[in-house]
Amino acid sequence: MTVAELPARVWVAVCAYTALLPERGACALVEGHQVALFRTFDGDVHAIANLDPFTGANVLSRGIVGSRGEEPTVASPMHKQVFSLVTGECLDDPSVSVATYPTRVTDGRVEVGL
Amino acid sequence: MNRLVVVGYGPTAHRLVETLLSRGFDGHVTVFGEEPLPAYDRVALTSYLQGVTLEELEYPELPGVVTRLSSRVTGIDRAAKVVTTEDGHAEPYDTLVLATGSAPFVPPVPGASGAFVYRTIDDLERIRQAASGAARGVVVGGGLLGLEAADALRGLGLDTHIVELSPWLMPRQVDEGGGSVLKGHISNLGLSVHAGVSLASIEPDRVVLSDGGVIDASVVVFSAGIKPRDELARDCGLEVGARGGIVVDEGMRTADPSIYAVGECALVGGMVYGLVGPCFTQAEVAVDRMLGGSAAFHGADMSAKLKLLGVEVAQFGAMEGALDVTYMDPVGGVYKKLFISDDARTLLGGICVGDAAPYTTLKPFVGKPLPASPSDLLFTGSAAALDLPDDAQVCSCNNVTAGAVREAICDGVCDVPGLKACTRAGTTCGSCVPMLKQLLEKSGVELSKALCEHFDHSRAELFDIVRVRGVTTFSELIAMCGRGRGCDICKPAVASILASLHNGHVLDGERAALQDTNDHFLANIQKNGTYSVVPRVPGGEITPEKLIVVGEVARDFGLYTKITGGQRIDLFGARVEQLPQIWKRLVDAGFESGHAYGKALRTVKSCVGSTWCRYGVQDSVGLAIALELRYRGLRSPHKLKSAVSGCARECAEARSKDFGIIATEQGWNLYVGGNGGFKPRHADLLVSDVPTDELIRIIDRFLMFYIRTADRLQRTAAWVESLDGGLDYLRSVIVDDSLGICASLEEQMERHVATYVDEWRATIEDPDKLSRFVSFVNAPGVPDPSIVFETERDQIKPVLIPLDRLGSPA
Ligand code: SRM
Ligand SMILES: Cc1cc2nc3c(=O)[nH]c(=O)nc-3n(C[C@H](O)[C@H](O)[C@H](O)COP(=O)(O)OP(=O)(O)OC[C@H]3O[C@@H](n4cnc5c(N)ncnc54)[C@H](O)[C@@H]3O)c2cc1C
Ligand code: SF4
Ligand code: FES
Repeated sequence: MTVAELPARVWVAVCAYTALLPERGACALVEGHQVALFRTFDGDVHAIANLDPFTGANVLSRGIVGSRGEEPTVASPMHKQVFSLVTGECLDDPSVSVATYPTRVTDGRVEVGL
Repeated sequence: MNRLVVVGYGPTAHRLVETLLSRGFDGHVTVFGEEPLPAYDRVALTSYLQGVTLEELEYPELPGVVTRLSSRVTGIDRAAKVVTTEDGHAEPYDTLVLATGSAPFVPPVPGASGAFVYRTIDDLERIRQAASGAARGVVVGGGLLGLEAADALRGLGLDTHIVELSPWLMPRQVDEGGGSVLKGHISNLGLSVHAGVSLASIEPDRVVLSDGGVIDASVVVFSAGIKPRDELARDCGLEVGARGGIVVDEGMRTADPSIYAVGECALVGGMVYGLVGPCFTQAEVAVDRMLGGSAAFHGADMSAKLKLLGVEVAQFGAMEGALDVTYMDPVGGVYKKLFISDDARTLLGGICVGDAAPYTTLKPFVGKPLPASPSDLLFTGSAAALDLPDDAQVCSCNNVTAGAVREAICDGVCDVPGLKACTRAGTTCGSCVPMLKQLLEKSGVELSKALCEHFDHSRAELFDIVRVRGVTTFSELIAMCGRGRGCDICKPAVASILASLHNGHVLDGERAALQDTNDHFLANIQKNGTYSVVPRVPGGEITPEKLIVVGEVARDFGLYTKITGGQRIDLFGARVEQLPQIWKRLVDAGFESGHAYGKALRTVKSCVGSTWCRYGVQDSVGLAIALELRYRGLRSPHKLKSAVSGCARECAEARSKDFGIIATEQGWNLYVGGNGGFKPRHADLLVSDVPTDELIRIIDRFLMFYIRTADRLQRTAAWVESLDGGLDYLRSVIVDDSLGICASLEEQMERHVATYVDEWRATIEDPDKLSRFVSFVNAPGVPDPSIVFETERDQIKPVLIPLDRLGSPA
């Protein structure tokens, strides 16, 4: 989850960690980007783009969170394609993927890296 | 041989050419068909009237074969080896196959020329047209096909009468005892049976019987037997039987070595075979002979099983024997009889009416030692556990043995579709499919019922686990019997089970995370990420005051407004953060959630009924409202819809619903298992003329039994069809309480009714639940800027980002 070794980036604080419900998503507006945040069962926070590439609607944050094998996932609420929360890849159609964002939790606040 | 000509393009011709091609024949094949269509599945003909399309009925195309449709062959010149058609075309052959089938037999009755027959798609179209203006119909012939035709007329809305010359129905399949039980079933379904009489004459709009009786009917359909179409053979000097049929040897060849005859036009061993199974075998034999083989046709099994009008009738093996054992239950409408050899050891045959289970389990034992005592076989149904010998025939349509199926399973086939593909078993009439499943199970193949990768259980099993072990959360359940963290399949399914059993708020605690986006926001998501709002309007009845409130809310929030097909009003285009504000206004005005988003009760539609309508015999609106309020909020495997009509005119379309009610003079008729949507199905009559309290008790049980046992996303229509024993079984469980569970089903429904709370009211009263209704966690006041509307016909309409601008695939 934390990607400290990556080159300098801007970290934007978005909300309290406790504002995220376990195994559910929420959307944050980060410098004009719609970012879908997910808190998984083990407590990790993942961030991917909110835009569903199959329908053009900003809805991925409202999908069902789960797992496929070991991979934490979200299913688009529109037509149920499943995306990896780690890589952003669509597991039902590997030719499609969505952007991912690094996240970290600092002093109980969730931050998204841009 | 390199020029093969086939006359007739029916199922047998198709099978013949298909087999020939699959065996590598590379000559030139021409098929002449008199019908305007390529070969189709005649066995399933009736389904055409029930909406199955021609494409579904047609057999696959034959690659590389010349097919001439609407082309009747009228002459064969055996010396020149040429056939000629009606329109003057001449086609030379090296080998000729006659597969001309048979034509319905029309007895020489005065007026018969105005009657219909039941053999081709064309015939059905003609009958359909005639039926549209008619009230009553007569089917002449009470055999297998006659009953099928009668069912079809009934389906077309005609009051249907069956005239059968023999003293009982289906004389070729059942004996007198079976016939009387069968007649009871048929009459109960509203068909009138006139047995032991023949037709004297057909006059315009009426039919006169030999006993002087008269039936005022304008549609008459003959289904009184078939006669082989042997006219071409006769005209060119080939031998035909005294009662018709082209004479062939056991290799299906006529006296002319270049001419074969197969299917319903052929007379082999003194018999014409009127079932498709033997016809297919004949086609395969003929092909083998043409290619130099020595296959032979030595007669065939004429067993038959049919399910018509919900009544199972079956006959297998011999219809007599030195000894017989009969089980008869006139009340339940069941008659089963086994014929046994004089030493009481060998099974010779059997007859079943009302319960065809012995057909499936015992037919393979015909001619073999009885696997158990006859009474055990008939009474306890223990036959289901029997092991079939390898040479027992499992599929009579395609002549596949248990051994062949087992071999396929050994080769790695592990499901029914796989067996169908590689053995052909189960691909024709389908009645052997239960046997295929049994063979799979017996071979140790587990038919996967797993919900998804996280649970190996079916929905019904999970339901029982949750109920019996008192599980209240998903985490508990997946730790107990699952793996991983769930997905969009198991989470909503478990959420629905928990809701059916515990009725807490869908957004309480951990349950919120299980819900599909619709349940999570208590509204239906639309293509641009906005939501729709559908308040409940029980029975479609609404006061002007409430209508005004709906109008005001729609106007104030700028929502697109539409009357739905479910007799209520849908408001579209609300953003998540607007949903609570909209619902606050609606709840204050006395509205509650319509659960348009949930796998739950949707609407109970109603017609205006006896209060206003001059035909109404009961208060349909009153009952619809009572039912909608009783079952509102009930979470189920799929959505539930209902309707109540005030009389048999059925303005509320109750028979297209999961449970539909139609008023009668004496009470209510309850229909179950109806469906519109993707695969429409009319609901079946479960009970008739019941008073209101009993009606509600039976619906309580019906719904709870469905909720307990159905699969995920299985509507009641598919569920009723999947029940072993179908509607009769359902009736025995929820009307006659054969499992002793009715009290528990009713109690569970009472608990639902008592604990129901409107989930939108509960949501707007709870700040915690409200906090998630925002577009952005970090900017609660900001509306989603990507949601844009334009105007169409004075209302809003979503503007979507074109997908190519996303740089992603469609
Ligand atoms: C609004 C409405 C169309 C309309 O403008 O009239 C409608 C709209 C939708 N229908 Fe429907 N159906 C509507 C009446 C029907 C009817 C007619 C009826 O109920 O009398 C049918 C056929 C009857 C039936 O269900 O047997 C119908 C058969 C379906 C089906 C197919 C179900 C099936 O068994 O094949 C679906 C898909 C599903 O549920 O899986 C569906 C699904 C949907 C969904 C929920 C699709 C979706 O997931 O977005 C639509 C969203 C509605 C919304 O956002 O509010 N809708 N839908 C009707 C709402 C009625 C209501 O007041 O609740
Ligand atoms: C309503 C119905 C239900 C049935 N249900 C069952 C069932 O459940 N189980 C079962 O086993 N069987 C059933 N059958 C019987 C089954 O359909 C027949 O056994 C099967 O169709 C026989 O196939 P066939 O190709 O030999 O003859 P047909 O199907 O009669 O095909 C012969 C074709 O040849 C054409 N033809 C005839 N003469 C000429 C000519 N001179 N030139 C060109 N074309 C010509 C005809 O138009 C026809 O299309 C049912 C039949 C009907 C009508
Ligand atoms: S179903 Fe009967 S009672 Fe109801 S509106 Fe139609 S005609 Fe009237
Ligand atoms: S018995 Fe008809 S398909 Fe198998």
